[in-house]
Amino acid sequence: MDIALQLVLNGLAVGCIYGLVALGFVLIYKATELVNFAQGDLMMLGAFVCYMLVVWYGWGYWMAFAVAVAAVALFGAGLDAGILRRVLGQPQFAVVMLTIGLGAIFRSFASITWGSEIYTLPTPFSARATRIAGVTVSHEYVAIIVGTILLCAVLYAFFTWTRVGVAMQAASQNQLAAYYMGIPVKRMFSLIWAISAGVAAIAGVLLAPVSLIDINLGFIGLKAFAAAVLGGFGSIPGALVGGLTIGLIELWSGAYLPQGFKDVAAYVVLLLVLAVRPQGMFGTVGRKKV
Amino acid sequence: MRFVFKTSYTQDLGLFRDDVQRNGYVALAAGLVVLPWLIPNYLVDVSLVLIYAIGGLSLMVLAGYTGLVSLGHAAFLGIGAYAHVYFAQSLGLPWLVALALAVVLTAAAGVLVGLPALRMTGVYLTIATLAFALIIQEVFTRWERVTGGLKGRAVDKPVIFGVALAHDAAFYFLCLAVLIGGLWLTSNVLRSPTGRAWIAIRDSEIAAQSLGVNLALYKTMAFAYSAALMGVAGALFAHKVGFLAPDIFSVLLSIQLLLMVVVGGLGSLHGAVFGAVFVALLPVAISQARDALPAWIGGAAGVLGPRAGTAVFLGVDRFVKQPGLEPGIFGLILVLFILFEPLGVYGRWLKLRLFFSTFPLYKRATFRRQKSYMRSERLR
Repeated sequence: MDIALQLVLNGLAVGCIYGLVALGFVLIYKATELVNFAQGDLMMLGAFVCYMLVVWYGWGYWMAFAVAVAAVALFGAGLDAGILRRVLGQPQFAVVMLTIGLGAIFRSFASITWGSEIYTLPTPFSARATRIAGVTVSHEYVAIIVGTILLCAVLYAFFTWTRVGVAMQAASQNQLAAYYMGIPVKRMFSLIWAISAGVAAIAGVLLAPVSLIDINLGFIGLKAFAAAVLGGFGSIPGALVGGLTIGLIELWSGAYLPQGFKDVAAYVVLLLVLAVRPQGMFGTVGRKKV
Repeated sequence: MRFVFKTSYTQDLGLFRDDVQRNGYVALAAGLVVLPWLIPNYLVDVSLVLIYAIGGLSLMVLAGYTGLVSLGHAAFLGIGAYAHVYFAQSLGLPWLVALALAVVLTAAAGVLVGLPALRMTGVYLTIATLAFALIIQEVFTRWERVTGGLKGRAVDKPVIFGVALAHDAAFYFLCLAVLIGGLWLTSNVLRSPTGRAWIAIRDSEIAAQSLGVNLALYKTMAFAYSAALMGVAGALFAHKVGFLAPDIFSVLLSIQLLLMVVVGGLGSLHGAVFGAVFVALLPVAISQARDALPAWIGGAAGVLGPRAGTAVFLGVDRFVKQPGLEPGIFGLILVLFILFEPLGVYGRWLKLRLFFSTFPLYKRATFRRQKSYMRSERLR
């Protein structure tokens, strides 16, 4: 019983990370119908920037957290304005290849700037734990879960109640119509990229104390795909629920199935979902009309 | 400009446009046949180019002609390689039988991936094939009885009809024959109703379906054909590398295969070959540049004084010797091609040819891409 509860807790924490990265995919997909294969690498950049500020320059954790997220968000906006805007309206395939290429460049950049070793990020809640009802609750996991909940609340409020948020929704539903209504669509897209990159950076910084930082941290992005697809690619709550589900499945299959299943559980789920119900749990993807 | 005035149906049926084109390809083939005597030391690398070209051909059929972008072709390459080695070495079957069985098995795997793929479009398919490749890679690692697991598995030289192809040149000719056969078969398939159906699916799935193209059938066929070609490439690849380990068939290899198709030029068989040459030769060029670049830049900075020259030399040397640089260069090339030459090397070649054949009248607008605003495909 205790083990099962422990697995649930850890699975929720891991799932939150998948959910956050998946959220980044979904935001960009919803707005621009592009799929950003470099999302995981943006997460890696966020974790590295925070590490650099804390360990090399001795900044406080919270300050470094904020600056890292802001820096990566700004970078995301620049990426959109400088590069991705040029391929809008071209086949989706072009964007897939473009973001794969960008991801490779980011990894290469990180390896040159910060080296290819493995780092740990010291945080205020590192290596602390509380025992509640026989379950060891590590504070790092609590930080991840609380951080995810807060972030989701903020994003939800932003998209529902602010003018910019509603404008973004409009731009995502029909670019041309939104443009006619006086919405600066290009700026909205840059803003979406900034938010998405910022979310990725938050995920990276939250994940850093649990999983170590190295240049291949971005490969978590592949598992986040499973989360995004499971939730239906265009759905924000779907991404989070998908992430949590993948996290739980992964930890359970690691505990109860033979060795090797833990690493591929997410992908097996992904293939099953795509084969059985391609629109996912909350999907809105329909048949394209001519 | 040269126009071909067609006077009979046999001219339409011919594989080449006219005698000039045919003679050009015959000359190219002759050049490739005498190549082993010209550059005996580089034959191994050239064989790799040929194997890559077969793989590129496979992905070109799927991504370039049917419009189904797969990020999991390294898995097919791996299945072909491991199956061939298992049949030929563990079961002791004759080489050709082992190859045929491996190809059938890979094609079956292709159908297996293709079936769920029928229900997805666009990027979903890419993600699904990616997941498939990751699962297969784990299978390669765990199924030690067949694959040797992480320890890897040694591969012998091919023995065909009792003749051991121990010499590099013999293996080169084997690869060349397979590539030419593959190109001949593919260019014929693409002209057949099957190939035209594939192209119709690529251009508009809905239009093709409305015209009576059976989407499920033709997409599955495309997957099976592509996977079968990849199986052949895998068998040759196994002999080329001589040692199979699961981490060869990683996502990065899939990306490299896709890079090949994009850089070569989507939607042309030439592109597959150009891309293969590019991707196979790029690491060689990078390692050459690594040795030469620091001295050049250092020499250029040397005009500011000898100390500046030395400092710049050391700095550049340290930078280019970074191990993480190479994937970044691959990524950079991919990004630049997508942004500035989406038609790839073959597209650039077409433009160049058109420029000279229409000399003072060349218009850039001939190749201008049309931009379209996006309307959501999601129903609200």
